[in-house]
Amino acid sequence: MTFVLVLAFDTATPAVTAALHDGERVVAESTTIDARRHGELLAPAVEQVLRESGATLRDVTAIVAGTGPGPYTGLRVGLMTATALALTAGVPAFGVCTLDALAYAAEESGPFLVATDARRKEVFWARYGDPRTRLDGPRVDRPHDLPGELPVIGAGGAMYADVIGADRIRGPLHPSAGALAALAAGRLATLSEEEAAEIARVPEGRVDSVEKARELSVLGPPRPIYLRRPDAQVPGTPKRVTA
Amino acid sequence: MGRDEPIVLGIETSCDETGVGIVRGHTLLANTIASSMDEHARFGGVVPEVASRAHLEAMTPTVESALAGAGLRFSDIDAVAVTAGPGLAGALLVGVAAAKAYALGLGVPLYGVNHLAAHVAVDQLEHGPLPKPAIALLVSGGHSSLLLVPDVAQDVISLGSTVDDAAGEAFDKVARVLGLPFPGGPHIDRAAREGSGSAVAFPRGKYDDGTLDFSFSGLKTAVARWVEAREASGEPVPVADVAASFQEAVVDVLTRKALQACARYDVKDLLIGGGVAANSRLRALAQERCDAAGVRLRVPRPGLCTDNGAMVAALGADLVAAGATPSTLRIPADSSLPITVVHV
Ligand SMILES: [Zn+2]
Repeated sequence: MTFVLVLAFDTATPAVTAALHDGERVVAESTTIDARRHGELLAPAVEQVLRESGATLRDVTAIVAGTGPGPYTGLRVGLMTATALALTAGVPAFGVCTLDALAYAAEESGPFLVATDARRKEVFWARYGDPRTRLDGPRVDRPHDLPGELPVIGAGGAMYADVIGADRIRGPLHPSAGALAALAAGRLATLSEEEAAEIARVPEGRVDSVEKARELSVLGPPRPIYLRRPDAQVPGTPKRVTA
Repeated sequence: MGRDEPIVLGIETSCDETGVGIVRGHTLLANTIASSMDEHARFGGVVPEVASRAHLEAMTPTVESALAGAGLRFSDIDAVAVTAGPGLAGALLVGVAAAKAYALGLGVPLYGVNHLAAHVAVDQLEHGPLPKPAIALLVSGGHSSLLLVPDVAQDVISLGSTVDDAAGEAFDKVARVLGLPFPGGPHIDRAAREGSGSAVAFPRGKYDDGTLDFSFSGLKTAVARWVEAREASGEPVPVADVAASFQEAVVDVLTRKALQACARYDVKDLLIGGGVAANSRLRALAQERCDAAGVRLRVPRPGLCTDNGAMVAALGADLVAAGATPSTLRIPADSSLPITVVHV
């Protein structure tokens, strides 16, 4: 098997989480819950998991960031960090839907929903057949518009337990980079050795491998899932200052 | 200017420009800018979320193009500098995240710097080392500040700033009143060339108040009122004369206070930076008044006046040369970083 070392992180929820996965297990992980400090916490967390595992960025074979959906300011920190690290290290950067990472960590045997806080009294959500299979979404809706009955994984369910029903609420609340890395490593393992070698061969300062991986369609590009348009209004004629 | 001076990569994302600059000491190697201005134009102002999205999209290609333009590889970079504030919070955060990752990935020091100090430092790329001290007048859509600069790498003192609108903001708002496109600065400058600066006596806020602060809100309202009165009486609006008279009021106050600052602190060097420094009338009047007062005027070329990455790299190079302590990977983006903090 080709040597694999996946560096993964996610900043699409209040969790700032980073992990390294060697293809078989999570070798280091760091998670802090702080919705307001993604920009301050992520780079030190990456540095920490590398140090703890005795690896350097040069040893990493793929960088994977959660693509949300999630509140945009934090989400962009993870994706910018992934593409920038990838560019300096000559390693490909990929994206995986954050809700998929939450689903992957769910201990559910049947179908379920994953929901995270979208603010403005809405949730980002998706429907899964099992922890590896997304059937619908991601979407953004009000909590009472979520399809009924199914269990709800994630903080987007827990924070609206009164609307959704306390009996449907399940953990985990936040995504972990460990689960994200394991999910990505699992998908990368489905590539043939030639394909994997091709992805890993990134000249310094190039991102071609992301395009290659998209062709191979095991992981997506490191691009944000926004689901909402920016708030902005085209102004009319200037307001008069005289009555 | 030795070949062994450090090569610094500078990242700027405080507003709508994704700027990436590369310098070796005070030698400019690359200054690449991707602007999202076209996306903001129809909104009549910069939309923060639109700017932040554009920064994320533009960063990688802009960095690649700056490196290619300088004929360098990533591994040639000795330090990374980034605007840590002031500016739009979400926009700053993208640049800071990128800069941290570049510094971490390359194993080089990081310098989070003050955007305003960077506007001052950039002039050294064109005109050589800054005299110590100098007075700096920074005017753009986001700021209007008068600074005393004993040493741009260590010590910058605020003497005054706008109490309401930034000068560039007033240009944008008056342009709208006159039916000129956003951003207003270049359009007013152009229209004004056909008009008379003394056609209408618009008010000059805080002209004689003894402070080094500015106010442009009253002027903007006075222009709107004057134009509306014209329209109400059914007469055509003399756009060129209004543009020229408004512009004259702005640059009169800016240059008057800048020279007052020079006199008050007995400083013989004035630097003008920021996007509004591209205004032709501001340059002309500042030169005239500096000559009369025996003050040397420095204005970087327009590409270095507007927000750019080279200015951040230039200040980064000064910090490296001064032996400043690098920033940690924990630094925040601070939308209201005070000017007294040159680097974080
Ligand atoms: Zn500026």
